[in-house]
Amino acid sequence: MTLVPRARFALTFAACAAALAALAAWSFTAGRFAVPVADVWRALWSAATGSASGLPDTVSAIVLQVRAPRVAAALGVGAALAAAGAAYQNLFRNPLVSPDILGVSAGCALGAGIALLASLPIGVVQLFAFVGGLAAVGLVVAIGTWIGGRDPILTLVLTGVVVGSLCGAGIALVKYLADPYNQLPAITFWLLGSFTGALPRDLPGTLAPIALAVAAIWALRWRIDVLALSEDEAASLGVDVRRLRLVVIVAATLATACAVSLAGAIGWVGLLVPHAARLLVGAAFARLLPLSLLLGAAFMLAVDTACRTLFATEVPPGVVTAFAGTPVFIALLAAAFRRP
Amino acid sequence: MTLAARALGFGFGTRVVGEGLDLELPGREIVCLLGPNGSGKTTLLRTLLGLLAPLSGEVALDGRALATWPIRERAARLAYVPQAAESHFDYSVLETVQMGRTAHRGLFAAPGERDRRVAQASLERLGIAALAERPIHRVSGGERQLALIARALASEASHVLMDEPTASLDFGNQALILDEVARLKAAGTAVLFTTHHPDHALRIADRVVMLRGGRVLAAGATAAVVNSENLSALYGRAIDVAEVLSPDGVARRTCIARLEARPGNLAAPRFD
Repeated sequence: MTLVPRARFALTFAACAAALAALAAWSFTAGRFAVPVADVWRALWSAATGSASGLPDTVSAIVLQVRAPRVAAALGVGAALAAAGAAYQNLFRNPLVSPDILGVSAGCALGAGIALLASLPIGVVQLFAFVGGLAAVGLVVAIGTWIGGRDPILTLVLTGVVVGSLCGAGIALVKYLADPYNQLPAITFWLLGSFTGALPRDLPGTLAPIALAVAAIWALRWRIDVLALSEDEAASLGVDVRRLRLVVIVAATLATACAVSLAGAIGWVGLLVPHAARLLVGAAFARLLPLSLLLGAAFMLAVDTACRTLFATEVPPGVVTAFAGTPVFIALLAAAFRRP
Repeated sequence: MTLAARALGFGFGTRVVGEGLDLELPGREIVCLLGPNGSGKTTLLRTLLGLLAPLSGEVALDGRALATWPIRERAARLAYVPQAAESHFDYSVLETVQMGRTAHRGLFAAPGERDRRVAQASLERLGIAALAERPIHRVSGGERQLALIARALASEASHVLMDEPTASLDFGNQALILDEVARLKAAGTAVLFTTHHPDHALRIADRVVMLRGGRVLAAGATAAVVNSENLSALYGRAIDVAEVLSPDGVARRTCIARLEARPGNLAAPRFD
């Protein structure tokens, strides 16, 4: 394609935004109880303006109380995981990392699991998830730096896997200790990754920190580009590498923690989406981040809507993303390491 | 406009790589750093750039200790051209060169009109404007090295420090890089570069610093320092400096290492 990058980005962004709008329309209309698009629009319009919709109460309730929170949760979680993945990849100069591969998601899940075990409110669950995620990424960075080695990319991925499985052991312990009648099914189902538990009252407290984290990453986009260079190069170009990394790690981990505390540890989104976005618009973070947000939100919404409408019983979205993600990760691994 | 090291000790933490080093890089001069593998060239370069703190002595820019310069002001004065490393992110050549403007922009600022103009001008000066939109890892080694030099140019630094800019380049591209370094000097920039080819020093350097085991073996004007005795001591084997007359009638000096097994001494292979 001979378009200049800016025009190409504008076109791609517009096309993805249109696809996202179509997906949202599908998600609002599809389900056990089909709602025509016009009724969805009327219900949303009346909720936004306060005017009467003239719709039956059940229809309004399905659109506003059942589907709207679920759509918002899927959009928020998809965007958060994609933004965190894109940020981690530049930060670690490593195309194979994402919140789940770095063990951050597992760390968040362990933190959140402990809070759930103690039946703490959602705000505290998020805080525990955030602390667990920070501890996991801190451990991965510390061990990866200590080992060093000739292939830091592989070292970091392996360290992430190890720390992730350590957190997995912690989660197993949480499950073992959980009350088998009420807590255990709830924790297990949440860990699979699911939006069924996305309650309207939990949304503002989850989406606001995600927005804050994404805003911080967006504000630093031109510096995050420089982080993709070697540490010496970045520092010689005038970047305070250590401080910038810390800020970006905290922001990406906050976004991950909020996503995990809302919908469980949904894997692969943070790996797949930034790669797809990079293929479409190149590596420059000012283009990569907005497109990743859009694609992440669209992907998550498509997966969740498919999960609740295409099968006889609802399938956890985390299962679907894993089926989609594994072959792509193998392809990326082959592209990075396989001898031609 | 001088970058100077005085009684400099450099290394990592408790591991001293070099000691007692004096070096000066005034404007409009090319200094070449020669030394065998493991002599501390790269560590010295990183210390001179302020990326590693000196273990003793000091590095000063314009008479002021480098450590006291704010990171962005330092970056706007000292540019670094590293050996091109493998990366998995395909920034375009233009985006790579624009990163050279980082020190001139605020933390949150997007590249402005002037940043774009300077980056474009740097590409044109190095003759790679046609590659602007190509991914940096899909251009040849020589072109990538030129792009990294363009990035240093875009930073408008007064001093450019290059780590083996001709490493892993073919013969033609090596000459291309030497030409560009000489041009940088003509435009008023001071250049310090390391190399494994003493011939490169003879071609473009005003002064040479020979580093062995972290200590200066010899330093001074290129013509005076690059001789058979110093080179042999530097690399630990017999090296001659010969004078050759090129077809255009210019006499040039070149370095030739003596080989123990000369082709004439080897038995010719027989195929009968």
